[in-house]
Formats: sequence, C-alpha cells, structure tokens
Amino acid sequence: MTTKIKIIINDKQIEVAEGSSIVDAAVCAGVIIPTLCFHKDLCVAGNCRVCVVEIAGQKRLSAACATPCEEGMEILTNSLKVRNARKQIIELLLSEHNADCTLCYKNGNCELQKLASDYKIMTQDFIQLAPLRKYQIDHYSPSMIKDDSKCIRCQRCVRTCAEIQGVSALTAAYKGDRMKIATFFEKPMNDVVCTNCGQCINHCPTGALVERNYIEEVWDALANKDKFVIVQTAPAVRVGLGEELGFEPGTRVTGKMVAALKRLGFDAVMDTDFSADLTIMEEGSELLMRLKKVLVDHDPNVKLPLATSCSPAWIKYIEHMYPDYLDHLSTCKSPQQMFGALVKTYYAKHFNLNPENIVSVSIMPCTAKKFEANRPEMHDSGYRDVDYVLTTRELAIMIKQAGIDFLKLDDRSFDQIMGASTGAGVIFGATGGVMEAALRTAYELVTGREVPFENLNIMPVRGMEGVREASILIENPLPDWSFLEGVELKCAVAHGLVNAKSLMDSIVSGESQYHFIEIMACPGGCLGGGGQPIPTNPEIRRKRALAIYAEDQGMPLRKSHQNPEILKIYSEFLTEPLSEVSHHLLHTHYTPRERF
Amino acid sequence: MFLNFIVFFQMCPVSELILNLTDQYGHERTSLLPILQGVVQQENYLSEYAMIEIARALNLSAAEVYGTATFYSFLEYKKMGKYLIRICKTISCSMKGKNQVLMAIEDMLKIKVGETTPDGMFSLLQTNCLGFCHMAPAMLINFDVYTDLTPEKVREILSGYLNRKGGANDTRI
Amino acid sequence: MTPGYDLKRVDFIFQTESDWKEILQKSLSRPPAELINELISSELKGRGGAGFPTGLKWKLAADELSPIKYIICNADEGEPGTFKDREILSKVPMKVLTAMAVCGFVIGSLEAYIYLRGEYFFLKPALNKAIQEFQATCHDLNFDFRIKLFMGAGAYICGEETALFESMEGKRGEPRNKPPYPTSFGYLGKPTVINNVETLAHTYTIFKYGAKRFYDLGVQYSRGSKLFSVSGDSPKPGIYELELGMSLLDFVHDFGDGDTKAVQVGGASGFLVPQKRFAETTIGFQGKLTGISLPTGGSMMLFNSSRSMYNVLDNYLEFFREESCGQCTPCRVGCQQLLNGIKAVKRGEKTGQYLDKLLRLTETMQYTAKCGLGQSVANSFSSIVENFREEMIY
Repeated sequence: MTTKIKIIINDKQIEVAEGSSIVDAAVCAGVIIPTLCFHKDLCVAGNCRVCVVEIAGQKRLSAACATPCEEGMEILTNSLKVRNARKQIIELLLSEHNADCTLCYKNGNCELQKLASDYKIMTQDFIQLAPLRKYQIDHYSPSMIKDDSKCIRCQRCVRTCAEIQGVSALTAAYKGDRMKIATFFEKPMNDVVCTNCGQCINHCPTGALVERNYIEEVWDALANKDKFVIVQTAPAVRVGLGEELGFEPGTRVTGKMVAALKRLGFDAVMDTDFSADLTIMEEGSELLMRLKKVLVDHDPNVKLPLATSCSPAWIKYIEHMYPDYLDHLSTCKSPQQMFGALVKTYYAKHFNLNPENIVSVSIMPCTAKKFEANRPEMHDSGYRDVDYVLTTRELAIMIKQAGIDFLKLDDRSFDQIMGASTGAGVIFGATGGVMEAALRTAYELVTGREVPFENLNIMPVRGMEGVREASILIENPLPDWSFLEGVELKCAVAHGLVNAKSLMDSIVSGESQYHFIEIMACPGGCLGGGGQPIPTNPEIRRKRALAIYAEDQGMPLRKSHQNPEILKIYSEFLTEPLSEVSHHLLHTHYTPRERF
Repeated sequence: MFLNFIVFFQMCPVSELILNLTDQYGHERTSLLPILQGVVQQENYLSEYAMIEIARALNLSAAEVYGTATFYSFLEYKKMGKYLIRICKTISCSMKGKNQVLMAIEDMLKIKVGETTPDGMFSLLQTNCLGFCHMAPAMLINFDVYTDLTPEKVREILSGYLNRKGGANDTRI
Repeated sequence: MTPGYDLKRVDFIFQTESDWKEILQKSLSRPPAELINELISSELKGRGGAGFPTGLKWKLAADELSPIKYIICNADEGEPGTFKDREILSKVPMKVLTAMAVCGFVIGSLEAYIYLRGEYFFLKPALNKAIQEFQATCHDLNFDFRIKLFMGAGAYICGEETALFESMEGKRGEPRNKPPYPTSFGYLGKPTVINNVETLAHTYTIFKYGAKRFYDLGVQYSRGSKLFSVSGDSPKPGIYELELGMSLLDFVHDFGDGDTKAVQVGGASGFLVPQKRFAETTIGFQGKLTGISLPTGGSMMLFNSSRSMYNVLDNYLEFFREESCGQCTPCRVGCQQLLNGIKAVKRGEKTGQYLDKLLRLTETMQYTAKCGLGQSVANSFSSIVENFREEMIY
C-alpha cells in the first residue's frame, strides 16, 4: 500500500501516490503538461525542459517529468512565468532545428511541430543555428535515415537503444554546442552494431530518425502494366494500421486493409500469416528433429535450445553479440522471406506467371525487414525474394495518398493461394506467439492430442513480462516419439533485446537449460515493431496484443497444421517439412559479425 | 620504479597497454576514465582501435566509449603530435596577450590552431581556463605548465623542446 | 562596514599543517555528533560557490543508514579566475586529507576520492605521496580510511557535483536531476558528502581552534574567512585569505590599479559589478547589509578602463557555449543564442533591442536550466549588458 499525499495543481487538490512525478500527478488532475524528452518506455532524462512548472515558494521552475510530488506542494502548470519560459524553450528548440516542415517526412506527426503549433510560435527572432552547421544525412542503411539537422538532442533514441535494446549503437557525443547523437566515430548506421530494429524511429519525437521509405518505388511498380505486383501483410500490421487512419489503438482492420490494398492496385493481396503457419511446420519439425538428435543420437553438433529466427533485428543482434551461438538459431527463414521465396516459385508456377515480372512487396511492422530483404542470401527463388518492404506507416501514407476513405471501406478477404491462415499464424505478431503456435502444433504432432490448455490458449507464454518461462510435460506420446515420454519441454520467451541479452547470458552461463526459446527484438513483439504507428507505449502495445489474441480466438482454425493451403503446398510442392525443396527455399544460414 | 613502468608501457602495443590498465583499474565502468587517460598518456590520442579494445575490455558498446571520450577535452580522439600545446584562451589569458603568444607559436611552428606539425612533433590547441589567471597568459605542453608568457618567452620554451626533440626520455609526464 | 576600512587579512588556510596528526587524532576521539555541532555552530558554508551549510551536509549524510557512503573532495576547480584549490592541495594537502578522514569518521564512511581536474595533472605525484603517508597514519590509528585520486579529463561542468559523480562512474559528465541530492543518492547511488577543497581546509581550522575562532570572523550569514583568487588588472594578482563581508570598494582600493572600471565577482558564472556599485556591494553569501551581497567561489577579476566589456562577455559566452554539457535545451541552445546574439548586435545585424530579448532569454535559462551552469549564465550576461549596454551596441 503506497502512501498517498495531497498536492494542489492549478487550484485543484488531488491525492497521489508518494513519489509520483508531477507529470503523472497532473494527469489525475485533468491537466496535460507538454513533454518532449519524456517517454513512458524510457527512464526520465529531464533534459528538454519543455515540461517546466512553477512550484509555490520556489524561484526556479521545475521539470515536471523529473520532480517527485511532495506533501502540500502547490503546482502551477500554466502561470505566466511558466508559459513564457516554455514558449522560449520551444523557440530555442526550433532555432536549432531544421524546421523545413513541409519537406519533412514526419510533417504532421512531429511532436516538436505540434508544440510549435499549440504555442503558436509564429515568428522566429532567434538566430537560426541549423544552417550554421554542416550536417550530413546518413542514408546508407536500407532501413533508416538519420538526419541530425532535425535532432533536438532529447536522447530518447539513445535511451531506447540502451534501455530497451541493450545495443547502444547510438550515444550522445561531444559536449556544449557540438553535442549531438552519434554512432561510434560517426560511422553510418549500417556500419555499426545497429540491428535496424527501428525502435529509435518509434521513439524519435521529430524527423531526425525515420525509416527509409520505398513508397515511390512501389507506386512505380503498381503503375507498370507489365508487372504483377503481389503484396503480403504481416500479422501485426492489421492491429496497428487503424491507428494511422482514424481508429483507436487495438482496432482490428484486417478486412479494410485487404480492401485498401486492392484499391491501391496490387494484383494479389496475400497474407504473411500463411507463411507463419508454414514456419511453424518447418520450425516445429526442426525442433522435434533436434530433440531426437540430442536426446537419442547424442549428436554433439546439434544445439539446443533452438532459437526462433523470425525477427530480423534479433538475427542481426545475435550475429553481432553471440556469433558463437548461431547454431542455436532455427535455420528457418522468417515468414516474410519464406513467402518471398515461394511467390517467385510456387505461386508463379501455379498461376503460370513469369517470376521476372513479379514484384514482391511486403507490409511489415518492422524496419529490420527492409535490411533482411536486402540480405545477399535472400535470393533463393533465383530472384530477389522480396523486392520492397514497406512499414505499416508507409502503407498508411499510400492509403492517404490514394484518397481512400479507410473508415468507409467494406471488408475484403485475402486472395488465394497463399492467403489462408490460422489463428496460430496471427499470434506471430505478439511476443510469445511463435512459441504458442509452435507448441500447439508440435505437441499435437507428438501426442496426437491438443495442447493441455483451455481453448488452446497457452497463457504462461503470453503477457508483457520481459522474459517468460513455460514448460510442458510430454506424456503418452505417439510411438514415433516415444523417446519424448516424460520429457518436460522447457521454453522461454523474451522480447526487447535487453531481455534477449539476459536470456542469452543465462544460457551461455549454463544457468538455464531450455529446449526452445522465442526471441522478438521489439517490445511486445512485432505489434510493437519499429515500423508500427507512432506513438508507441505500454498501453498501446497492450491494446494491440488484445486485438491479436481476439483475432486468433475468432479464427475457425487455430493450429498451423490445419491450414488447408499448408496441406496443399506440402502435397503439391514441398512434399514434407524439412524436405529438399524446403531446405532450398525456406531455410537459410547466418553470418557471424563483429561486436565492435 | 615509476619510470620503468612507463618505459615498459612504451614497448607494448595498445592492446597490451589496455590489458595492463584494466588489470590495474578493473573492468567496471568506473574505470573507464582512468583507462582512457592511460591510453592518451601513452598514445597521445584514442584511436578507433583503442576505443574498441577498451569497449571490449569493459563490456561496453563502442559508441558508449566514444560518447564518453568525446565529452572530455583532454581525451583526444584524433592523432596528436608528441608535444601537445594547449594555450588558455579564457578571460585573463586573453586579456594579457594570449593572441600575441599564439601568433608567435603559429609563426614558429608553421601550424594553426588544431593542426600538427608535419614531423608529428607538435600539435596546437586552445583550451579553457587552466587556473593560472594570476600568471596569465598560461599554456600546457603535455602536462607541463608555462605561465606569464610573452612571445619571446614562448619562443625560448619551444626552442628548448625543438632541441631535445627525439630525446628518449620524453614522455607525456 | 564602512568604506575606507582596511581589508582584514587572515592566515588560517596556509598556516602550517605540521600538526595534522594531532588534529586527526584529537578529532577521531571526539563523538561524531559533537564534531557536527562544532561545524554547524561555526556556520561554515561551502566555499565552492553555492554556499550550502557544511555541518548540515555532513549531518544529512551521517543520518543515512547505508553501510556504504562516500566522501569526495571536489578539486575540479574550473571556474575562470579561480586557482585557490590548487594552491591548497600543493601547500597544505594534509589539512584536506585530515578533514576528509574526520568527515569519514563522522558520517561512517571509509572510502574517499579527490576529483582533481585534468589540468592539474602535474600535482598528481605529490598528492599521491601525501595520500600514502596519510593512509599509513590512519592505519596506525586503526582507522582504515582509503583515499583515491581520480583525475578529471577537461570538462568544466564536472565541477557540478552530480556531473562529477557521473564522470567518476565512467560516463559523460551530464548533471543529474535533483532531487535526489548527493547526501542520499550520490556516487554509485550511495550517500555522498562532496565538499570543495577549501571547505575541507576550513573544517581543519574549525577542528583545530574551535568554531568560535572561525565564527568570530566575517559578518552575519557569512562567517569566517575565504580565499580569494585575484586576477585581471591588478598590480598584485594572487591568492589572499580575507574576512567575509568586505565591501567591494575596500577590495578595489587594496587590489585595484587605480583605474578599476568593474569587478567580476565569482568568475564567468558570477556577477560583474560596475564602479558605481562598488560601495554598496559586499562579498558574502546572503542578507542585505548596505546593498547587494554576492556569493563567490573566490574569483575576483578586475577590469580597468582599457577593457571592452563586450570582449569580456564574448569570452565568457564562448566559454559557456563550449563547456555546457549540452544535454538541456536552455543551456545548450541558450548559450549559442546569447553568443551569436551579441555578435549580431555588435555587427549591426540585430538592433539594440534584441539585447532585451536576450535578457529575457537569460531569465528563462536561470529558471529552467537543469543545473547551476545554465542557471548562472544569466548572472554575467545580465550584469554586463545592463551596466554596459552601450559597449555591446557600438
């Protein structure tokens, strides 16, 4: 039971928990204090000073985000002194900022722009500092663009990279007027340990960090009559896209999204959930095969735990940080890349299309997927498997550009033949989802019975805890799997690379013994991905997760191995999981990288 | 004893130096500054390689080491000459003829502020208050202080350095 | 205090330190509470510039329950025009070490650091030798007190106590949010007493002679003596120990060159006092005597009529622009705007009225900057611009 204290905010007396910050307390009093460097996902920095408030009896103003309430405190959030100071701070930020708003990718979704608009900064008397610097735009990464001229030094990206991801590819460097956000020796982002996760983009209040967009390239492809443009949409997109287009967080817009994509002119609109189901077939089989090789054959070359490989930022992270542990990664490509490889082979063959004329586009909640599609090994179809990767945000931009009234769209369904999916594919979008989907299939494959959880909902792997553990005891397996009798299958789930690190360290030290681990680079899994709508925070991610699980619950089929199109592709094309064709198209290898 | 220690360091490549420094100060982040200083003392600056090795030794990201190092004026991250001249530009020194002294140095060494002589002997920098305001103008050459400077005096001081240039016992201490 | 009064020279700080063992032994045999009370009744205030009551600081740290506490001697003397701490550490280091050990005894800490600015690297060997000798004595007294020297690396802002902790922790010297304050959450998150070198040296005097000898010096609110670093246009620049509460007129009479136009009290972060206000200005911590009273870390910079106050301000602002840690908006951008602003006015690109906008900006910086550096830029800016406006414009 926390102690309550009484404080007064703008004449209104309220009770708050001792230790609450003034920003949080103000919300209880119905007052919104503007902030910039403050972010619910991150530790308090208190460096932008936009949130200053006046505390009775104090000459100086205090940063509301960094000041804890004290008994009897009288706080003014809108006194003349506060307003003058706040306005001047916004003016200062603008004077240092390249405020060519109309030419900015974040125009319309910029926290600094909003503040300037709220406070009606109509003139700029201060001397413009940005033109005095020789800023260079870092556009070398396939995933993101860093433009220091738009940076306001709030260090949200630095804290994100350190606290959420444990990577620290970004740092504050130099001091005084030269202080800026930099990588090691100011190298381009694609030359450092950056995982391309895009969390810095999601947390950047301005246009200093944005995704590298491929909108025009996709428009060009759509306009080209000779091209057959196929699009796949990742599970998490359908629970995020609505936020960009007028819906509340947590709204499922699957049918409207499909309708919009058709209106944009895509020749076929298909579902990455299909290849998520396929991933389960391959990865589930890989898990069982590895269990057999370890438990029965005692093959020293086969490594456990098996680690999921769907998250490309996690892949790049492990390549940098634990290059000796790449053998633990599932060789399965991510669902995006499986899909890409099949589009230009299986799909092309089925519809008698020349793969050369296919443009394969994916809509992803992710910026690392752009890097992944660009990897040299992702050409197994004989072509670049995925040509363009767009984030959820980029799709929203295209929908707006096309003048589509998204709210009024009627629901449409995915096209065949790679459009059918199960609830297991859908939950890939949430942390723990791959684990849950894999267990639903693997357990049944081994025992012939459904997983022993009510409604197939494996609750222990769900939730927002950084690292979660679960285990399932295998009893009475089918004869083929008798070696698993009595085995307690131990699993762990981590999301956010800082949690991945603690999980990996416990594995490296031998402290933890798991059979199977799922790691997603972004907080909450893909639904909190670096390509998802901005803003993000724990509340929004929680709502998106609820939407994902509701989508799963509403599906007629909820186990990957039930997907009729999966059965079809195995019978017509792949023969069986881990077959030769599968290995060629659906599996990959990894590259050790330097940590420094 | 102390001098032997220095000579020993001089023979070591950077990575060995960093190994010795981490042995001395430990692998905690609290030892980052002493280690950075130890490398600068020996190498005159922090190379990319040195920073990476330090990051490895302390289990930090390379960017964190870079961000910390670039915060401090005395942790150079560009190659510097053997003798690093830092002339104080803050108020008292500026009032008492710092510019004349600076011009005398530039003229004598044929370098501008921020530059290094082609032979790698001298680098010239300006610095903020050295704390010798009552004996202004002041400068540091490595860690030796020179005060009450005049153009004549500074020429004499630099001549001294030029004459012992290449001497075996010149370290930054 | 009336004009014409002779400045009272004091000789405490640089008095011999040969009795340090005796003082140490004597102090360690007294009850800690008594030592704190001695300090409190001396009314010693921090000599780094901020003037926090030293006895209270020790008491706050002593009251913390943590088994680990730290003592840090702040020797990151970076304020332009200040050079007293170096002199103390070169001439009477044992006094400072003794004071640190007594502080350790009082608050329950066995670990102490001296954070010495990188510019004073040449002091390191002698200081290390002094520390060795001191620790040996502590050992003999069965008081296992350890003092380590931590070298700064060229950053003015690290003199700010929380920035100093960050620096010692191997990070960028960016000041923290306060609260929490160092006495409860300091170095490595532990209760920490951080005192300026001179403050510690004064506690030695107090433990040696008792609080009264110290208290009898100075005036109300500003007790005791203080070291002043005199520089600029003075025939006798150097370090002087003087009684607090002196009038600036007396000071200028003694130290000026007969043509003193203005005195900068407290370094670049302090105030510029023009000649017309010498008489009404006293040097001390607070309270109005005959006019304004200015706190100071001891920097007294004199300017005669040959000096352009524009150049002085330009120099200060360049200093702040470079030495700001850069994290908070008002300080990082504010310093750039002030410097670029006065240059623009001087060049005629902005009108004289722009100075008023800049004055309002300094007010915002004073109210909103995260730490003392950003807050105090306003001091020199407003006192120079208000008193020498014409020099700014033409």
